[in-house]
Amino acid sequence: MDLETLLSYHWSIMTPEFIILGFATLLSLLDLFMPRKINRRILGWLALTGILAATISVFTLLGSAPESILYDTFRLDSFAIAFKLLLLIGAALVMMLAVSYEPRERIDEYRGEFYYLFLAGLLGALIMSSSGDLITLFIGLELLSLSSYILAGIRKKHLPSNESAMKYVINGGISTAITLFGMSYVYGISGTTNLKEMAAFLPTITNNQHLYLLALAFFMILIGLSFKIAAAPFHMWAPDVYEGAPLPVTAFLSVVSKTAGFIIILRILLSIFFNVPDQTGTTSLMLSLQDYLAVIAGATMIIGNVIALRQKNIKRMFAYSSIAHAGYLLVAVTAMSPFLVETTWFYLGAYLFMTLGVFAIIQIVTASADSESINEFGGLYRRSPFLAVSMSILLLSLAGIPGTAGFIGKLNIFMGALATDPAHYILASLLIATTVISYIYYFGVMVQIFFRQAESTKKFPLSPVVGIVIIICVAATVILGIFPNIAFDFLHEQFSSFKDFIQ
Amino acid sequence: MMFPYYLSLLVFSPLIGILVLVFIPKVKEPFIKLIGFLATLPALILTVIAYIAHRNGAELSELAEKVGWMQFVNPEMAGKIYSIDYELGVDGFSLLMLMLTALLSTLAAIASIHIKKEWKGYFMLFLLLEIGMLGVFAAENLILFFIFFEITLIPTFFLIGKWGYFEKEKAAFKFLVYNGLGSAILLIVIMVLYARTGTSNIEAIMSIMASDSDHLVVSAGTKMGLLIALVVAFGVKLPIFPLHSWMVEVHVQAPPSIVMLHAGILLKIGAYGLIKFGMGIFPDQFQSLAVWLAVLGVINLLYGAFLAFIQTDFKKVLAYSSISHMGVVLIGLGALNAAGIQGAIFQVVSHGLIAALLFLLVSIVHERYGTSDMAKISGLAKSMPIAAGILLTAALASLGIPGMSGFISEFMAFLGLFKEMPVLAAIGCLGIIMTAAYLLRAVLSITFGEAKRENTEVNDVAPLEAIPAAILVGLIVLIGVYPNILSGSLTSTIETILLGMGG
Repeated sequence: MDLETLLSYHWSIMTPEFIILGFATLLSLLDLFMPRKINRRILGWLALTGILAATISVFTLLGSAPESILYDTFRLDSFAIAFKLLLLIGAALVMMLAVSYEPRERIDEYRGEFYYLFLAGLLGALIMSSSGDLITLFIGLELLSLSSYILAGIRKKHLPSNESAMKYVINGGISTAITLFGMSYVYGISGTTNLKEMAAFLPTITNNQHLYLLALAFFMILIGLSFKIAAAPFHMWAPDVYEGAPLPVTAFLSVVSKTAGFIIILRILLSIFFNVPDQTGTTSLMLSLQDYLAVIAGATMIIGNVIALRQKNIKRMFAYSSIAHAGYLLVAVTAMSPFLVETTWFYLGAYLFMTLGVFAIIQIVTASADSESINEFGGLYRRSPFLAVSMSILLLSLAGIPGTAGFIGKLNIFMGALATDPAHYILASLLIATTVISYIYYFGVMVQIFFRQAESTKKFPLSPVVGIVIIICVAATVILGIFPNIAFDFLHEQFSSFKDFIQ
Repeated sequence: MMFPYYLSLLVFSPLIGILVLVFIPKVKEPFIKLIGFLATLPALILTVIAYIAHRNGAELSELAEKVGWMQFVNPEMAGKIYSIDYELGVDGFSLLMLMLTALLSTLAAIASIHIKKEWKGYFMLFLLLEIGMLGVFAAENLILFFIFFEITLIPTFFLIGKWGYFEKEKAAFKFLVYNGLGSAILLIVIMVLYARTGTSNIEAIMSIMASDSDHLVVSAGTKMGLLIALVVAFGVKLPIFPLHSWMVEVHVQAPPSIVMLHAGILLKIGAYGLIKFGMGIFPDQFQSLAVWLAVLGVINLLYGAFLAFIQTDFKKVLAYSSISHMGVVLIGLGALNAAGIQGAIFQVVSHGLIAALLFLLVSIVHERYGTSDMAKISGLAKSMPIAAGILLTAALASLGIPGMSGFISEFMAFLGLFKEMPVLAAIGCLGIIMTAAYLLRAVLSITFGEAKRENTEVNDVAPLEAIPAAILVGLIVLIGVYPNILSGSLTSTIETILLGMGG
């Protein structure tokens, strides 16, 4: 590639990535050269500035025609823009939590790394959202994963944090290997790693043997990726890692990393397997394998919700809750309704706000109590009505009660499952039944908050930054719940239903 | 007199009270109670005005409202536009229910003077519950109906769990799980209808289903399945025989002022749903199910009456009596003729008033004796003669003495059933005798039983407690002697239903 071709590319479509990359580099250099006695917290604010700048640059890219550079390996379509928005908003909120995070044994020495690893992980997720090639997809995935592994173990002198990082690396390594193995089959059959070329080639396959191989590849990729979204069968890392990792990292994993996981799943399923004909040639491989996907979705919902019932540790409970939510989202993926992308986007957005709000509150409550038991929420209503009411609204949203964004999201998924032909009655019923089970543990927390007595009457030191995170999350949850059309109109106007997904 | 957004104002008027309460310090007990009471008045006044205007010939359709709410599918992609509107409207039946709700809310707010703690939270939840109940009866859209239906769930859970008696939390969770499952099933029915017909407006669905005699939109089997699911969903609320255990606990454990609303309104939502959706949307299927409903009704009637006979706690007697009386509603619906349906609706209203009156008395007596065990409160005629008198009146109304509302409703329901299924009706008549037996047993032992010495010191009914009781007794007698006050606005509703049934 000569310089001329290189310069002829529209690099401007990569602005958000460049901004994050620039800030990550800047941060690491500053961390290196800054005198030791300067508090590294300033770097966190710098990182936040970077994320906000990248968010603004994504907004300026809104409405631009789909474009791809670097031999179609990097493409910017409405799908990419929409999900980048989610990733950046999520990352910004996580960064705000990270700035005010202060574990007991203090992490002053590596606070700098803490911040730029977040940025590196975010960069990986951003690349995933607009990659047009299996290679870039995989690189993005690895960048995200490797950063997360280190982040999980950032509390170097805290045993559970180390344990969680170890578990995360091993599980992650295995699942990535499986994904890569699956991708290699697809490459072997189609002879290309480019998604666009694959989409053109795969429909022409007639050899049944190849179809079997592709089906195998489908399962391997799916099972490998189920790790990233914490879905069955690779869900077991989530409780341990969520419990051991520092709280902002847990929030990052459950929101940004999960969103990235769904991005890659949608990219691969829609651009590869949706185009493969099945054996009869009448429908696509993806649709004929729907039942298996449904089993994964069902198992994930049941495991997540049922095991969450027995948890005593609040972070662990929310790990299972996050598994359950991955299951709900998989219902949408399984149903493959015509509005799949909208549904996923909306639900991930709603999930982002409600989960980050909850984690912000957990951060405050557990930090002052130095324990992560659910009992720490006892009598929260008396100690801090603001936290109690915010937490209840977020929990109601997670439980899918009307008036909140969580309800609208679930309604969409539910409708998608029933609007297709044939309708997925069983899966939809399972979605609803497990939702009712989830009432028990979400309301269990509220019982602690409102019905139990507080062990101490001490007020919480509420830092304004975390307060802002909570207010943003609660406001977004309620506003999207009452006026969902704000989000849907935005989707329809800016992205015209993601029609440019593969072109 | 009908201004735009009349119904919205009506439904959301308690919100004003909630907002005012937010700014009141939580120690100002009398003031909070006053605000709580005043906030229920606008809804009452507005319903009464609408009712009087309707009696004078005003068209109820003037009240209908429609605002676009959300639209979550791009029509280009799905072919059908899936939009959900905010639609309110009333017919004669729902206007009556609105009036009943507003009235009982006001009276229950007065009865809430006996609440001992956290008045601010109590009244905020109380008013939220009122919004939910009013919304249920004003919704002209299935999804909106569901949303309001779920909104009643949350405040009721907290009101039971926080302000109830000894086993309040267990009762609250039982309430939540049973009703959560019920509403989950309801949501499935609603969403299947929505996905198949593309609309969630009740009238639109009715007309689509009416013209769908060839079962093209929804297959005949699915229709039957949906109706059965609907009966189960509303059967939990009503409750129908095997699904009733939660309701007994709620009656016993919840604060009596909330039970007034629970027995008076929340249970009636089940009947309202069966009549409005079961009969309205699936008229043909309802006809083939009618026999079973009548059988279930007779079982409810006898089972409730039988168990009420052996209870020692007066609240339990009333709980089983509610089950028994809801049997009459089912009997009326099973009869499927004008008399039966009218009887069922009369029973809904009349039992709402009677149950509220009885639980008002429970709250009065419980306040003074600290128990509702019949052995411990016996000799009421000596210690509290006025309360004993009202109790006797209420019991007579409940067992259906001519001249009171209970008589009219039971008489018409059985009149309807005797016409269609004489044998079943004859068996059911045993229930009427048993009703008299258990009520007289309970009331006589309370009123004229041996007085405990320590009981002679209590004060009789205070004026503030007497007002709601007097209003309720007055209405019960009014309906008993002049039933036209209800049937006047019901004629058109019943005609529409019977027309759907094919005459």
